[in-house]
Amino acid sequence: MANLPLHTQFPSIQALRETLRSGELSAVELARSALEAIEAQSQLNAFLHVDAELTLAQASQADAALKSGEAPSLAGIPIAHKDVFVTRGWRTTAASRMLENYVSPFDATVVSRLAGAGAVSLGKLNCDEFAMGSGNETSYFGPVLNPWDHSRVPGGSSGGSAAAVAAGLVMAATGTDTGGSIRQPSAFCGLSGIKPTYGTVSRFGMIAYGSSLDQAGPIARHARDLLELLEPMVGFDPMDSTSLESCDGKANNAQRIRSNFDAALASQQQKGERPLDGLRIGVPREYFNGGLSPDVAQAVEQALRTFEELGAVRVEISLPRTELSIPAYYVIAPAEASTNLSRFDGVRFGHRTAQYGDLEEMTSRSRFEGFGPEVRRRILAGTYVLCHGYYDAYYLQAQRVRRMITTDFQQAFSEHCDVIMGPVSPNVARQIGDNREDPLADWLSDIYTLSVSLAGLPAMSVPCGFSAEPKLPIGLQIIGNYFAEGELLAIADCFQQATDWHQRTPGQQ
Amino acid sequence: MDWEIVIGLETHVQLSTESKIFSNSSTRFGAAPNTQASVVDLALPGTLPVMNYGAVERAIVFGLAIGAHVAPFSKFERKNYFYPDLPKNYQISQLEIPVVQGGSLRFFVGDEEKTINLTRAHLEEDAGKSLHENFTGPHGESSTGIDLNRAGTPLLEIVTEPELRSAAEAVAYARTLHALVVWLGICDGNMQEGSFRVDANVSVRPRGQKEFGTRCEIKNVNSFRFLERAILFEARRQIELIEDGGTVVQETRLYDADRDETRSMRSKEDAHDYRYFPDPDLPPLVIAPEWIERIRAAMPELPSQKRQRFEEELGLTAYDAAQLTMDRATSDYFEEVAAALPQGQAKLGANWILGELAATLNREERELADCPVRPEQLAALIQRIIDGTISNKIARDVFAAMWAGEENGNPDAIIEARGLKQISDSGAISTMIDEVLAANPAIVEEYRAGRQKAFNSLVGQVMKAAKGKANPQQVNQLLKEKLDA
Amino acid sequence: MAISEQDVKRIARLARIELSPEDAAQTQKELSDILGLMARLQAVDTQGVEPMAHPLSAHQEIQLRLREDVAAPTLTESERAELMANAPAQAEGLFLVPTVIE
Repeated sequence: MANLPLHTQFPSIQALRETLRSGELSAVELARSALEAIEAQSQLNAFLHVDAELTLAQASQADAALKSGEAPSLAGIPIAHKDVFVTRGWRTTAASRMLENYVSPFDATVVSRLAGAGAVSLGKLNCDEFAMGSGNETSYFGPVLNPWDHSRVPGGSSGGSAAAVAAGLVMAATGTDTGGSIRQPSAFCGLSGIKPTYGTVSRFGMIAYGSSLDQAGPIARHARDLLELLEPMVGFDPMDSTSLESCDGKANNAQRIRSNFDAALASQQQKGERPLDGLRIGVPREYFNGGLSPDVAQAVEQALRTFEELGAVRVEISLPRTELSIPAYYVIAPAEASTNLSRFDGVRFGHRTAQYGDLEEMTSRSRFEGFGPEVRRRILAGTYVLCHGYYDAYYLQAQRVRRMITTDFQQAFSEHCDVIMGPVSPNVARQIGDNREDPLADWLSDIYTLSVSLAGLPAMSVPCGFSAEPKLPIGLQIIGNYFAEGELLAIADCFQQATDWHQRTPGQQ
Repeated sequence: MDWEIVIGLETHVQLSTESKIFSNSSTRFGAAPNTQASVVDLALPGTLPVMNYGAVERAIVFGLAIGAHVAPFSKFERKNYFYPDLPKNYQISQLEIPVVQGGSLRFFVGDEEKTINLTRAHLEEDAGKSLHENFTGPHGESSTGIDLNRAGTPLLEIVTEPELRSAAEAVAYARTLHALVVWLGICDGNMQEGSFRVDANVSVRPRGQKEFGTRCEIKNVNSFRFLERAILFEARRQIELIEDGGTVVQETRLYDADRDETRSMRSKEDAHDYRYFPDPDLPPLVIAPEWIERIRAAMPELPSQKRQRFEEELGLTAYDAAQLTMDRATSDYFEEVAAALPQGQAKLGANWILGELAATLNREERELADCPVRPEQLAALIQRIIDGTISNKIARDVFAAMWAGEENGNPDAIIEARGLKQISDSGAISTMIDEVLAANPAIVEEYRAGRQKAFNSLVGQVMKAAKGKANPQQVNQLLKEKLDA
Repeated sequence: MAISEQDVKRIARLARIELSPEDAAQTQKELSDILGLMARLQAVDTQGVEPMAHPLSAHQEIQLRLREDVAAPTLTESERAELMANAPAQAEGLFLVPTVIE
């Protein structure tokens, strides 16, 4: 078969599934084709580790299942994993020199659940080092190129995941979102991504960055494909003490989300011409201040009008502590990261420096050499804020502000609106190398995504337009209340029935 | 200068769970290195902690046993420092809200009883072990081997208020605590294997001074004897230092048993900033009142409760009661003996267990579990003293014979076989006395002259004639009657 | 918000990250900027607000789940080898580190 990117051949996972089940195409052929496409597009640098043997073995298994007639939902579907999910077989590096040659003896729960659903992994995807960054430029293995414009970043930290899906190398990819790392690269690459409610997806096997913020989620072409991947990903995991057994009384599982999605869809169908009649969309005035670029503002405005045409009403709300989310996040995440990364000491695994005198020198030098500048910055900043004397003023204060931000959201949802919408990022994808001199610039551009992570709420990014010149994708953020994944996907799906932004591909803006 | 020594003890007790506190690796001692260390224990990337029910349960048991407050809600924090035997380079521990708060422990120091208040007891994970044998690293450097089998073993850290005032008190407290945790079944108490490790915080101050002096911590003392010597040395060191015009520096020290001295730990920096903060991987520990009540209901009778019962219902002295309740085997043995004795005679049982039985076990270096004399057999022996069949002195011989297994340890059979029945027939005794008096006129005269010693001599002669089997009270009584007649 | 050279040295030591004098100077500047950003938090009146360490606590009574006390079997030598396969230095089933004298 031709080396066409997957998205030009199969509009959805559902369509591909039917093709595979009909026998028209085998999982092995599909996997081979994907491997070739990855090779052909290697300049994107989306993939860090590819192993044809491992992939084809999974594809063979999928073919056997497909032949037997009892294939699981994702049998044969090509996906790939962000390189912070540990995998047996493929290396896991977290895009860091520290783990350059690390091979995990166990699979992340997310990985094994998707494998259990029959998905075929094409390998491990590039990302910002230890998931710290917003442009995939901190990777030890080089930046990832945005398939829409190779001189630009794909976003971060799940840049490789977004690039691989946008380039049609895989149907969907896993990412992680701590402060926006699924939503922002999805926006920059014209894709749909969802960060589910904190606690719904297991963190076991996901290399920890900010433990109280990290959450895994899928990146794909549209809401229906996100649902396909999210279903096997969610669920209680006894290996993760922050994993939820139930969500507001309902079991934390795929059926919960699927039935919420189906119910929302049914309700939409009933309402005919105005499927979203009754939906109140909160629009925070703080999201539309000076920092937002006109292109993004316009695309988001246009999207909101589309929602109004679909029957929804806009409600202006206030999230007064939006700006405070930046210092709060950048105290809490580095603080947690500084201790999460302490285990990388050159003793049991990971990089050990070649020359050392004593133990302390060995550890300190290994860590200096193994971690890139952004990671070192965050570790040092995080160490500082936990120090005796600063803990109260920084860490505890940040956690208090966090609670206030969370309360602001709760108030909005209980009094004013059902969902909240706004931009994902103030700008479209920037040029690679732009923020090198100013590490804080990236931090400031996370302003719309950080609060959601602090509160643990679910949120999506869906494509909603392009910038004027050059034509680069713009994403709309849709934020829901806790456990509203099904509803969010249904709202996004409705939008995607009425628009075609999600169908555009690089070269066909 | 009259100095007062102030001591507070922190004891790390390894809880006797099957698996570790945050992973399901086995806690059994003695496995080959790193064969009881899972991906979680190795802190491989992506691993997370999951709390062991059994560890929490044992903490609750301990809290109830010392009359402490069991926190309905407690938290876990990360204690950050780098050390190769600490795989995550932080230890998960409890700081702000420990699972057990307050409580107290009664114990004897010599004859004196003391009660000490406990500050808290909290759950945390143990570190691995460093083997300092001469390994060679990849660049030829002298290396240490790290074994993580122990890393993650559940610990209960038990902290006292600084209320101990002597090395002897500290040791007495430590022994009592040790006996208690073994009694409760929450720790195997094996100090050689590191199940029970004591750190001592020692400071000195002029007697009467309110403020505490600067304290030093002596870490990881693993025997009671060393604990005593370490504290004595440290107190003396500090006193001499101050008297020489110096000041005590707050630091951590190790006890060197070979040299009988404490030494400053070189590797520890003076300012350890542990940067404690709540562990985001572990939600708060909630302990419902129902759980506490279930545990309370299922708890064995505590040493303190048994002591009280032994004192009040069985008439034992506080000291004897304390001795008998140091471990369950002894108290169980005693209770069986007491149950088989008539009302009010439990004290005799206590005397025999704490006396002859203990001495014999000691001599043969045996544990009570290996005692060849069963409680009912001992009770039967004591019964024969009570009813006058044999004297106390003869009973000891019978006991020895029982121990050796004669007549299957049956005291009556031994008494019979050896003809040891005490002669209590006053007629027979009377006859013997008459014979002795007749044969010893000179001694009789001495008695009449006022010499008490003569009386004892006559008693001795009667006992000799009776081959020791005459009832001593009756001999005394009848002899006196005859002499004074 | 200024951070001293001393502070940088101390933090680098606590975090076990070796910094050359140039790195230290660069770090000092970067950290000062970062702390300036974080300092915005100080102005916020958070009287009466409880710190939020677990996002889960916002929406439901979340508590620590307890696992049954059952031990996994001891590892065989080959299982142990798999877990230690990434070790930079090992011998006789032990991880090796340069000796620390205590």
